[in-house]
Amino acid sequence: MQNSAPLLSVEGLSKQFQVRGRILHAVQQVSFEVVAGQTLGLVGESGSGKSTLGRTALRLLEPDQGNILFDGIDLCKLKPKELRSKRKAMQMIFQDPLASLNPRMTVGMAIEDAMIIHGMRSSLERRKRVDALLERVGLPQSIAQAFPFELSGGQQQRVGIARALSVQPKLIVCDEPISALDVSIQVQIIKLLQDIQKEMNLAYIFISHNLGVVQYMSDMVLVLYLGEVVEKATAQQLFAQPSHPYTRVLLDSILKVPESAARRKRMSVPPGEMPSPFAPPTGCPFHPRCSMAVDRCRQEKPHLQNVSPNHEAACHFAVSS
Amino acid sequence: MDEPLLEVRDLFTQFQRVDDVVYAVNGMNFSVAPGEVLGIVGESGSGKSVSVLSFLGLLRDNVKLKSGTAKFRGTDLLRLGRRQLEDIRGRDIGVVFQDPMTSLNPVRRVGDQIMEGMITHHYASKKVALQRTIDLLGEVGIPEPQMRYRNYPFEFSGGMRQRVMIAMAIACEPQLLIADEPTTALDVTVQMQILALLQTLREKRNMSIIMITHDFGVATNFCDRIIVMYAGMVMESAPLAEFLNNSVHPYTIGLKSSIIEVGNKNKELVPIPGMAPVLTKPLNHCPYVSRCSVAQDRCEQELPELLHVGNEHYVACHRIEEVGIHAK
Amino acid sequence: MALTIGEVSTQKVLRRLQSNMAWRRFRRNKLAVVGLGWVIVFVIIGIIGPYIAPHNYATTNFLAANQPPSWNYPFGTDNVGHDMYSEVIWSVQNALEIAFGATLVSFIIGMALGLWAGLRGGVADMVIMRLVDFMYSFPTYFLDLILVTKLGRSMGPILLAIGITGWAGYARLVRSLVLSMRHGDMVEAARSLGASPAHIARRYLLPNAMNNMVVALAFGIPGDLTVMAGLSVVGMGLRPPLPSFGNMIAQAGSNILGYPWLMYIPAGIFAITLLSFLFVADGLQDALNPKGGY
Repeated sequence: MQNSAPLLSVEGLSKQFQVRGRILHAVQQVSFEVVAGQTLGLVGESGSGKSTLGRTALRLLEPDQGNILFDGIDLCKLKPKELRSKRKAMQMIFQDPLASLNPRMTVGMAIEDAMIIHGMRSSLERRKRVDALLERVGLPQSIAQAFPFELSGGQQQRVGIARALSVQPKLIVCDEPISALDVSIQVQIIKLLQDIQKEMNLAYIFISHNLGVVQYMSDMVLVLYLGEVVEKATAQQLFAQPSHPYTRVLLDSILKVPESAARRKRMSVPPGEMPSPFAPPTGCPFHPRCSMAVDRCRQEKPHLQNVSPNHEAACHFAVSS
Repeated sequence: MDEPLLEVRDLFTQFQRVDDVVYAVNGMNFSVAPGEVLGIVGESGSGKSVSVLSFLGLLRDNVKLKSGTAKFRGTDLLRLGRRQLEDIRGRDIGVVFQDPMTSLNPVRRVGDQIMEGMITHHYASKKVALQRTIDLLGEVGIPEPQMRYRNYPFEFSGGMRQRVMIAMAIACEPQLLIADEPTTALDVTVQMQILALLQTLREKRNMSIIMITHDFGVATNFCDRIIVMYAGMVMESAPLAEFLNNSVHPYTIGLKSSIIEVGNKNKELVPIPGMAPVLTKPLNHCPYVSRCSVAQDRCEQELPELLHVGNEHYVACHRIEEVGIHAK
Repeated sequence: MALTIGEVSTQKVLRRLQSNMAWRRFRRNKLAVVGLGWVIVFVIIGIIGPYIAPHNYATTNFLAANQPPSWNYPFGTDNVGHDMYSEVIWSVQNALEIAFGATLVSFIIGMALGLWAGLRGGVADMVIMRLVDFMYSFPTYFLDLILVTKLGRSMGPILLAIGITGWAGYARLVRSLVLSMRHGDMVEAARSLGASPAHIARRYLLPNAMNNMVVALAFGIPGDLTVMAGLSVVGMGLRPPLPSFGNMIAQAGSNILGYPWLMYIPAGIFAITLLSFLFVADGLQDALNPKGGY
């Protein structure tokens, strides 16, 4: 996969917000690549900056630093109008599909709107395409006349997917697309996302706090902590040999259904909470919660370094452990 | 088995809406033994929260019908007046909700809010209550409780707020703690901390806990017994070991095979087709029939009863003989 | 993947329900229904008034001056023999023109400025909001007086004066609605589709702000009617003999002891009208912006 040219390559991306005079570093110096037909997973707890990163990578938020090369074009150099026409190649799916749909538009109108924006004139053609898209995402055509609030959560998310597909994108940022859905519906949506990925050779940036889903979906994974990448690896390596202590804490906190009553997890107490992003700790951002932290971690910030090919971690002890 | 602490029989709850009636809980039976941790698992709209809120008297006012019994230490909670119920709630039964911000008063110091419960329930005098509040905050893991009790809810993080809620719920040493999705809004690491706290508290005080959750991982790691709800009915109820090894209801099995977990990348995910039924008509057949892979004519005609199949294992399915164990 | 989605056949029913839902919520507010009845009667009188009034508003009859209500003059007559019944009917038309005209003018100005401020942000936002603050802190009534003095005391100028001084509330409302939606998922989704700001305003923001704006508009009408009457009371309203409720009330004030019907009947009708508009606005609030769902 390293040989194919990446569809999206992001380098040194930073985004900060000003909140009442204080500066919040939401994303700091993040670099990654996404290859067509593959999925990059972004993992982290709330406040880790994973959603901001997804949006900044599409320039829905203006980056403060860094380059975004999408399909051979530098997104940061585009004028607003050029960027808008480029948007059809990069779409987004939201956590709360109902909130992302216009309550005054029927499902059909919502899907058509994307085509109208990109200048598909003939309304007959648009209707045809709406029908085809609805069918593709597993919805009956009659649903085109329904308003979003009349649908179940799973149906709403299918509409969100149909709308994203309507402009034939190459990349879709999926921001927690299944976390608001019921377990039995989650798998339906995951399967759908996988199917259309194969069919259309789509690239995904898959944002989720659910590590199981990320493992299931992703080829590469970035683990974010306080806006920084602390580990970056292929999904296989990350889950088999997590190198950053934070990744290990995350994996340890997962409650799996045990095989038998005797093997259920004894609740351990992972130390501390995510520090305030306004006042990140000095040195390694994870040191206050890290069981391995030594003086060096409090003073010197670790940088991403290779643990093995295609596996980087930002920890002073990553290589030795 | 011991005398149950709480015994719910034939619980029905219906809501009146502008045009229709929602049949939210349709004949629910369960009991909680002293010291037991019961998990009620279900998807949204399964009635898992409503059933518990019904007998706690915490539902909104458009309840059309509420019937059945909910005997807590011999007293039927559904027959109590509002005042009497309030007396039990907060003293003998503590409640923790998903979103502490909606249950905490934003303009009052958390310490005062914790104290208030103890004072109104005549659990402790003002002076004792203050000291106890500080002890409680320490017990639930809030650093520097002698300072923090003066803080307002917004000065706490989500996880810390949930700890404050827990302190409030256990202030009067209830025998039963009801936790309604207490960790759903929290990150996994914080979820682990809160569950560990609840587990410690339970062991120390021998409380019973009802854990309402949609998360199988939480339920199976935390609870002694598990009830699976669907469409306001108990579909399956079993002690944990039995539940893990021998669950038989097609819905339970469907849910189990659609859980996406770390380390199971190669597990074949089998989605349950369709979606949950709309509960605007009284149930007269198995509510799962339209999604069930082993459904037969009978499933469309009769409501299955919750039958004992041995080992404290109960199943509501017409087809248990075919799908698994034989009814004893 | 086979999916059974059972609710679709009922979609049409549901939609009809939804559009009815607003009307049904409105109907539950009894005062609003009564108010709406009065407003409808008022509007009908406004339209057909000239045809049903027994006399022209300017007709005077000194032989029948200062008559108490009677069969011929149901609302009595004033000191120059105007038939008050006809005066009231003619006034309704004027009141309606102001009520709808002036309010609409304010509404359009407010909406445009509010949208601009909310969408553009930055300097435009700041300038517009300072202007709004100014309009709020400055008693617009005096501004109306000045404008009417400059522009004249006929229908058009009064309508315009009230219209161009009353937009601040609408602007503030629209701006806040826009701001509350601008960073929401809906607008972000539209932006990610590649929609231009104009497209977002037209297809996403305005339709969703409409409900709130219609309610505000309804609440604005009685306010503008009061301002119009207030101008008459200080002698700067419609120039007599043009009839208006304000003129009738102002003139009756001078001899309220001798001829109380001149005061009570028009004032009573005017008050009921104001209340009716308020009740309707209140009902619209319930119908279009229900809190806590149904």
